[in-house]
Amino acid sequence: MSTLVEVADCSKVYRVGAFGSRRLTAVRDVSFDVRAGEVVALIGESGSGKSTIGRLILRLSPLSSGTIRFKGGDVAQLRGKALREYYRHAQGVFQDPFSSYNPVYKADRVFKLLKDAYFPAARRAEWSARVDAALEAVSLDASQVLHKFPHQLSGGQLQRLLVARALLLDIEFLVADEIISMLDASTRIDVLNLLGDLKQRGLGILFITHDLSLGNYISDRTLILRRGVVVESGLTRKVFGDPRHPYTRSLLASVPHLDRRWEDVEAEYAAADVAVVVDAEDARLVEVDSEHLVRVAA
Amino acid sequence: MSLAVDDLKVYYRTIRGDVRAVDGVTFGVEDGEIMGLAGESGCGKSSLGNSLVYLTGRMKYVGGDVRLDGAQLPIWDFEAMNRHRFTQISVVPQYAMSALNPTRRIGRMIAELLASRGVRFSEVEDELVRRLELVGLDGDVLRLYPIELSGGMKQRTVMVLSTLLNPSLLIADEITSALDVSTQKAVARMLVNFREHGFVKSMVVITHDISILYQVADSILVMYAGQLAEKGSAETIIHAPSHPYTRLLISSLPEVGVRYDEKKLAGIPGTPPPLLRPPEGCRFRDRCPLATARCAERPPFRQVEPGHSVACWEVAA
Repeated sequence: MSTLVEVADCSKVYRVGAFGSRRLTAVRDVSFDVRAGEVVALIGESGSGKSTIGRLILRLSPLSSGTIRFKGGDVAQLRGKALREYYRHAQGVFQDPFSSYNPVYKADRVFKLLKDAYFPAARRAEWSARVDAALEAVSLDASQVLHKFPHQLSGGQLQRLLVARALLLDIEFLVADEIISMLDASTRIDVLNLLGDLKQRGLGILFITHDLSLGNYISDRTLILRRGVVVESGLTRKVFGDPRHPYTRSLLASVPHLDRRWEDVEAEYAAADVAVVVDAEDARLVEVDSEHLVRVAA
Repeated sequence: MSLAVDDLKVYYRTIRGDVRAVDGVTFGVEDGEIMGLAGESGCGKSSLGNSLVYLTGRMKYVGGDVRLDGAQLPIWDFEAMNRHRFTQISVVPQYAMSALNPTRRIGRMIAELLASRGVRFSEVEDELVRRLELVGLDGDVLRLYPIELSGGMKQRTVMVLSTLLNPSLLIADEITSALDVSTQKAVARMLVNFREHGFVKSMVVITHDISILYQVADSILVMYAGQLAEKGSAETIIHAPSHPYTRLLISSLPEVGVRYDEKKLAGIPGTPPPLLRPPEGCRFRDRCPLATARCAERPPFRQVEPGHSVACWEVAA
């Protein structure tokens, strides 16, 4: 599998407070990569910097330090036409589908805007065939979703329309930022499976979520983020099956399971004799197993 | 029995007709029971919870009976309900974080609220501080403005405030939804603690997240499109549900340990029917794999075994 996106030692510092007098490090020295045909889950609680990382990759906010490469090219250097070409291949879908649409216009206007910007020469018939194909890929019925206003559609339909919009481009990389948090249980799994289907089509997906069970279900590799720092990362089944960092463990112990009560999970972790690592300010990510990294004190 | 609801109907008035959000609901909550009320958005679970405490302007009481500790609650009468609110039945609203008056210090706001119920602040101040400390807050929060607290702190403050007069029944509406997993766990545990300490006798916990109910609730009531689908013990609903909707819903939940590559889960095709002029008969009929001609008639919500009731023709009584 070829590497699509490379994030190397990236940091983001925001100026906050009166006149930007204080500095807030939202993301600190984060490195990882996303390959074609895989889902990487970025898991963290609110304020962990997970959304910031997605925004940095999509160039929605500038990096403070570090580099982000897309297929070898530095994303920060892209200007004008090159940046537009970048968005032809890399797109994002975000949490609230209702605020991604202008309520004054019909929802399928997002397709028209895309056509005007990227495919002005496409013929009408050819374009509508492509739209139909994209809708089919996200399991939407064109007659049910086209020519409708956003309020006439469900959250799941709107979210899938946004994914279809991304598919109309020659998309290779998708940032999916909490895209199913606002959806109901009976429809969220379908959107999640859609990401799985896209992965099989060769897309690289960065799946940003606070929900560990969703991340575990869909991803190949996982990064656990706390206050802007990666505390544990690696193959999903290793991170979830054999969590080493105390923070990962406390998160996993807080997830409401359907087969065990919290008391049982806590007792299990307390009884298990696994080497728990200690984190510190000067800690670094160390490989504890093949493709399983944990942040430990030097 | 702490709460007994019989054939309650509460509709929303709109210019196009009535939206039947709560359409003939019958259930009970025992003393000391924590009942989870689960369902998808728009199924009427919050409307049901709200209607027990506070009918807003657009909500219309259509029929049915609500009894709390044996006495009838006049839920159709906004003024008469004042006697019961806060003292006997209390609510932690959805988005409790924005429920605090931003222009008052928290202590002063609580004092005003108590005065409106004829209770002097000094009488309960010690207990208030004790309970704030119990949920991990310092008594000093009473001197702060809501903006100075974090979301989780506001949530806990509202929980302490709502239960301060030891109501018989607490309605907790989506109180864990906007929180991180670790805070979520702490708040959910707090609910159970409140019952253990006797601050509230019984609770109705409304949420779309069934897995959290498995952790805290004794029983779970599942609603679908304004009506009841199934009620049973938490164990029954999670591990041996009977109603086809509950079964599909539970099997669509991804759990830690279940992975796309190994076991692909499926959602429920279709969408719930509109509650403005809903179809006759079982409302899950169009999405149900078991539907038969008989489902054109509304199935009764009947007991299939002690403590387990289901509204489905296909489930043998």
